[in-house]
Amino acid sequence: MYVAVKGGERAIDNAHQLLASRRRGDTTIAELGVEQIRQQLPLAVARVMSEGSLYDEELAALAIKQAAGDLMEAIFLLRAYRTTLPRFGASEPLDTTKMQLERRISATFKDLPGGQLLGPTFDYTHRLLDFTLLAEGEYPAPDITLADEPKPCPRVLDFLAGEGLMAREQDDGAPVPDITREPLAFPASRAERLQALARGDEGFLLALGYSTQRGYGRNHPFAGEIRIGDVEVWMTPAELGFAVPLGDIEITECEMVNQFVGDSAEQAQFTRGYGLAFGYAERKAMGMALVDRALRAAEYGEEVQGPAQEEEFVLMHCDNVEAAGFVSHLKLPHYVDFQAELELIRKLRRQAPAEENR
Amino acid sequence: MNETDPNIAARQRWMGVLARAGSALDPHEAALKDSAYQLIRSPEVGMTLVRGRMGGTGSAFNLGEMTVTRCVVRLADGRTGYSYLAGRDKRRAELAALADAHLQGSDQARWLDDLIEPLAREQREQRLNRAARTATTQVEFFTLVRGED
Repeated sequence: MYVAVKGGERAIDNAHQLLASRRRGDTTIAELGVEQIRQQLPLAVARVMSEGSLYDEELAALAIKQAAGDLMEAIFLLRAYRTTLPRFGASEPLDTTKMQLERRISATFKDLPGGQLLGPTFDYTHRLLDFTLLAEGEYPAPDITLADEPKPCPRVLDFLAGEGLMAREQDDGAPVPDITREPLAFPASRAERLQALARGDEGFLLALGYSTQRGYGRNHPFAGEIRIGDVEVWMTPAELGFAVPLGDIEITECEMVNQFVGDSAEQAQFTRGYGLAFGYAERKAMGMALVDRALRAAEYGEEVQGPAQEEEFVLMHCDNVEAAGFVSHLKLPHYVDFQAELELIRKLRRQAPAEENR
Repeated sequence: MNETDPNIAARQRWMGVLARAGSALDPHEAALKDSAYQLIRSPEVGMTLVRGRMGGTGSAFNLGEMTVTRCVVRLADGRTGYSYLAGRDKRRAELAALADAHLQGSDQARWLDDLIEPLAREQREQRLNRAARTATTQVEFFTLVRGED
C-alpha cells in the first residue's frame, strides 16, 4: 500500500542542485562537451541507443552527460524522450547484406569471400592499462591505399544454406508485431522476442548466453559471422508512395551457427541464432544471438533445461528500465506497510512465550 | 526499394545524397532560399521504427527507433519538395526539401551539377576512405601444424 507524503520540497531541490554540482566536478577542470562524449565514448553511446531503443548519437551522448556516466540512467532518459515523439512510420527492413563494413569476422571459415576484416577492435589487445592515454595524444589511422567501391560481402551462413546444411531464412510477409504498442503475450513470436532482446540489457543477455555455454540449455554455438558497419535506412512515406533513403546508421549483426537438428542423417541441419543492435555493440549482438537460439527450444522440440530457454523468464526480465524501476521503487516510502509488518512481528513474539508454556 | 521508374530512381538518389549531406548543405543555403517558397509542413522531428530481418534475410522484426526530421515546401511555381532526414536538424530538413523542389524543375541539370554531384563525390570519397581504412585490417589466418609427433 502506498501513502502520499508531503514535504521535503526544499531538500529535494537541494539534492538536485547537489547532484548537478557533483556531476560537474572540479570546476577548474574543463567541462565535458556532448560532442566530446559522442566522438570519444562511441561504445557507451551505442549501448545507450540500443537499450534506449532510439538511434540518435547526439541525444545518447547528452543522456550520458546528464546521467553523470550512469548508462542505465541514460537509457532511461532516452526511453522517456522517445515517448514524446510522433512516429512517422516503419522503415523497410534493413538490408544488412549491403552493409558498408567496418568489421567482419567469421569463426567458422578461415578463408571466405570478402575476407576477414578486423576493424577497430579490442580483440588481440593485451588488456594492459595504456598509460600514454594519461597524456593527450594524436592517434592517426593506418596508412591507406584507395581502392574501388567495395562490393557487398556475401553472407557466411548462405554458404551453409546453399549446401542445404542450414535452413534459409525466408520472409513470411506476416504483419510485424510491436511490443511497444501491444503488450507481450506468451508464447511470444520470434519477432516479438527479437524486439524485446534488441532493447534488452547487455549484461543480462551476456550472462544468459554464457549460461547456455556452461550447460544450462546447451546449444553448441559458433560465431558464423559478425559484421559491423553502416546501412542505409529506407522508409516509404504514404504521401510519396515510394521509398526514400533517410541516411545511414551504424549497426552490429551477429549470426550464430548452432547445433544441428533432424531425425535422420539426411535431414540433419545446423540451426541459427540472430543478434542485431544499434552502433558498435558486438557483445550485445552475440548475447542476443545466443539467447535467440536458446528461446527457439520449443520450435526444435528441445527439453527446457536452463533459464535462457524460459521465454517468460527471459522476456519479462531483460528490460533494464523495467527492472531498475521496480527495484528502485523499494526506495519509495513504505512507512505504513512496514509499520504493519512491525506490528505483526511484535505481536507474534509476544504470543510465542505464552504458547511455549502450554 | 529502388524503383524501376527512372524519374523516381533519380529522385531517390538525390534524396539519399541530401539525407547524408549534413553540414555540407550549409554553403548552399543562400542559393536554395533564393526564390520565394512556403512551408507546407514546417520541419517536424519524429521517429521511424527501424526494422531488421531475422538472419538478415528472413521475416521482419522491430529493432528500435531512430530520430527523423521531415519537411515539405512549395515553390512559387507550385512544385513541392519533400525531405526525410535522419536526426533532428530542422534547418537542414528545410534546405533538403527546397533542394528536392528545385531538382524537380526545369533547372534540374544545374542543381544536379552545383549541388548533388559535388556532394555525391564527397560522400563517395568518404566511403572509399573508410573502406580503405577497414581494408588495412584484413587478415589471413593460417592454421599451424603442431610438432607433437
